[in-house]
Order: sequence, then C-alpha cells, then structure tokens
Amino acid sequence: MPEYASILFSEVLKILMLLIPVLVSVAMIVWLDRRVWAFVQKRRGPNVVGPFGLLQSLADALKYIFKEIIIPASSNKVIFILAPIITMTLALISWAVIPFSEDFVLADINVGILYLFAVSSLGVYGIIMGGWASNSKYPFLGAIRSAAQMVSYEVSIGIIIINVLLCVGSLNLSDIVKAQENVWYIIPLFPMFVIFFISALAETNRPPFDLPEAEAELVAGYQTEYSGMMYAMFWLGEYANILLMCALGSILFLGGWLTPIDIFPFNVIPSPIWLILKILLLFILFALVKAIVPRYRYDQLMRLGWKVFLPLSLTWVVLTAGYLMYFDLLPVN
Amino acid sequence: MIAHAVVFYIFSLIAIVSAIMVTVSRNTVHSVFFLILDFISISCLFIMIGAEFLGMIMLIVYVGAVAVLFLFVVMMLNVAQQKNEWFVASDSSSHIPIGLLVSLVIFSELLIVIGGWKYKDKLQASINVNLDLNLTNTQSLGNVIYTDYVHLFQLSGMVLLVAMIGAIVLTFRKRSGVKTQSYLRQISRERNEGVELIDVETKKGVKIDA
Repeated sequence: MPEYASILFSEVLKILMLLIPVLVSVAMIVWLDRRVWAFVQKRRGPNVVGPFGLLQSLADALKYIFKEIIIPASSNKVIFILAPIITMTLALISWAVIPFSEDFVLADINVGILYLFAVSSLGVYGIIMGGWASNSKYPFLGAIRSAAQMVSYEVSIGIIIINVLLCVGSLNLSDIVKAQENVWYIIPLFPMFVIFFISALAETNRPPFDLPEAEAELVAGYQTEYSGMMYAMFWLGEYANILLMCALGSILFLGGWLTPIDIFPFNVIPSPIWLILKILLLFILFALVKAIVPRYRYDQLMRLGWKVFLPLSLTWVVLTAGYLMYFDLLPVN
Repeated sequence: MIAHAVVFYIFSLIAIVSAIMVTVSRNTVHSVFFLILDFISISCLFIMIGAEFLGMIMLIVYVGAVAVLFLFVVMMLNVAQQKNEWFVASDSSSHIPIGLLVSLVIFSELLIVIGGWKYKDKLQASINVNLDLNLTNTQSLGNVIYTDYVHLFQLSGMVLLVAMIGAIVLTFRKRSGVKTQSYLRQISRERNEGVELIDVETKKGVKIDA
C-alpha cells in the first residue's frame, strides 16, 4: 500500500505542477488579450490593478467568487451546474499529453493527438448542456449555433492533423515534435497552418467566429443565465481551450519545444521556454484577429467550413500522400 | 493489478448503470446524456484492454459527432412528450410484442457470446497470425486495413456515402424566393459598375434613374 500511496502522491504533485501554471497563465492571458485589444484600438486597457494591470484578472476572479450564483427556477438544475464543470475539466485534462520538452510530459501516450482531438470534440457538451439546461431561448439558440460550428470545424482540423500525421508516421505528440528537427511543418504545410489557425479560431468560438455569443443577437449565447463563479468557469475553460489550441498549433506546425536555430544563444534556452514563446506568439495572433476582423455572418461561417476548408484540406491530404509516395519519403517504422 | 481491477469495475459499473438509466429515465434528453456517459465509459474500457486507438476513435466518432446530432434531434423534436405519452397511453400495449421480439433476439445473441467464451482458448490457439507485439495497435490496424481488408474497408465507406446521399436526396427541396449570395460576382465587381460620378449643376438637380 505505501507503494501505491507514494505513486499517487508523486502523480498528484506532477499534475498540480502542471495545472497551477496553466491556470495562472490563463489569468495572465486574459490580461494579455485585453491589452493587445486595447493597443490596437489605441486605448490603455486594464492598467490599474498591480504593475501594468497584471493583477486585473485576479481581481476579476475575486469579484466572481464573491458574487451570488443564480440558478434559474425553471432550469434543469443538475445539468445546469454540470455544464461549466465539464467545460473547465475538459479544458484542463487535455494538458496531460502536451510535451513541454523531451522528458517533461505528464502522459506520453501512443495516441496523444487522438486524445487531444477527442477531448476537444467533447468540449461541445459543456456548451450544449449549458444552453439546454438554462431553459431559455437565447442560450438554446446560442448552444445550437455553437455546437454546429464546433462540429463543422472539427472536420477540417481533423483532416489537417491527418496531413501532419502522414509526414510524421506516429500519433505520439513527442514523435510529432521530434520529426520536425530538420524542418518545421509550417514550411512545407503552410496553407494547412493557415487553415488550422482559422479553424482553431472557430473551434474556440473566438472572434470573428464568436456567433454563439453574438451579443447583438443572442445576449451572451449559452452563458446568458450563468452568473458568479459558474460564469467564470465557462470563461476560464474557454481561455484554457484557446491556450490549448495555440499549444496544438505550435506542436503540429512550429516544432513544439525545438529551438528555431540550433546554435549557441538559442540552444541554451530550456525547451519549455521555447514552447511557451511559440504559444504566446500564436495567442497574440489570436488577440490581434479579435481586434481587427469583424464578425462573420452565420451562413458565411458554415460556407467557409464546409465548402472551402474541407475540400482544400482534403485535396492537400491527397497531395501530401502522393508527394510522400512518389519520392519514397513515407515514414515507415 | 489491484488498481487495474478496481478501475475496471468502476468503469463497467458506470457503463451498466448508465445503460440502464438510458431506458429508465423519463426525460429523453437525460437518456441521451446517459448514453454519452455509457459511450465514454465503454471507450475507457477499450483503452484499459490496450485498444487505445479504438477507444479514442469511439470517443471522437460516437461521442464527438453522432451523439451531438442525436442530442440535437431529441432537443428539437420534443421527443420527451411523446415518450411520456407512450408510458401513460393505453394503446402503448401494441408496441410490447415488437419490443419483446427485439429484446429476445438481443438476449439470445448475448447468450451465444457468453457461450462462446468457453471456446476462447481453442480460438486463440487456432489463430496462426504472428502478432508483432512491438507494434502499437494503431500501426497494426493500419498495416491490415489498407492491405488485406482494403476492399471491405472501401465497401463500408461506400455504404456510408450512399446513406449520406440518400439522406440529402430525401430532405432536399427547392424553395422559391431564396436570396443567394454569389461571392464571385461580389468580389469581381468593378468600381465603375457600382459608382457613377455626376456633376450636378446648381439649382437644376439631376435625374438618377435615367
């Protein structure tokens, strides 16, 4: 028994070592998002609480914690409470397989990329459950929009992942990073990177695809009836998902923990730092898009997903496979 | 091994209880949620026996896509009311014979499966495929699906495609008065087609729709 206990203790410690930084960086990333947004619009952004306003998110979280949680009388209470919990949990458990360096990964499983894909496809449920259980028109409409959007864009993300997997020959995330030692996949698969980035925006309900919470039409979409800490959990889950998509993008296309050039000043920087820098770069792009691009119309969004991205990425699969076959570059192990 | 067994029993208990709850719960949406829980615990069981690829694909396909559509249909069609009426109405007895027949078939199938358990050792002895235990099961599946079983694989894909086309044909209807947007025409519009500059003389005005 003490053996089990020690294993359990060390595992829990490892999980905490991963999750606490993730949660803190989610709070920081919300601040960064607002700062970038403000910078583009020539405003100041949050700059009062703490140095440069860094503690703004903590102040917001404190406010949410002390607010009353209102549960609508006609709602389906169990599912109503479960929805934000599910969103938050799913956003956090996917970090288990992200490799921060060669040996710094919580669970180095064979099908890491499938795990990530499965967890992100489960993310729809938090939203549908929240929208349905609120028993109100706007949340329900928002939930349906969101679910349709996420299911549509998952298809193109899946096919883009297949493109990368064809080049790697393994579903393990560490193998995917190691396969990019010579050249990052952003160079040979650049169109796929662009489509992945846009699909990731749609998948995480970020602007310009934030139709589920289009405030002009649907109040706040599926979050309308939520308040206090439950609203904050939806919000945290959303940003954790955005961070995860950035991490996935940097692992698939930007070479994960690898240094850009393997020479002196760059290769002494520890590899987790590189991954974090790449995630930050992608996130700043996310934030810039939010500030610059106006919102899509719903039918345009669906058209983009099904009629543009799906055929494009499918064609690219055929091209990649044909290229690898013809030049005998298929990774066989 | 003890931890493995404990986790196995937890997942199978969740699977069985949620399978029962699918049929028992009054609210249809709850039934679908229990079905999803069932799918998830079954895929956890798949992962526990080492079939991680099947487990993940089950999560992605069934939970991530099929069950979402299921949920949509149930939420939109108000099946809940219908189900309640079925429970209460007197003419629901007409469904009982069919239900009994189906459950009898499933029960006998289960009996055959459990009976087949007896011959498990003989079956394993009769398999003369040399399994490479170093391969992950994703690789071993990939090795056979596109080589030995490529025709069956393509055939099942065709079946799905036919079903998809059938569904589209059945629900497709031409509606009149629908405004469609031609993106190509919008983008390829030139300035001189859209804007016309006219010098307006003072106190004379100009006729636009000339």
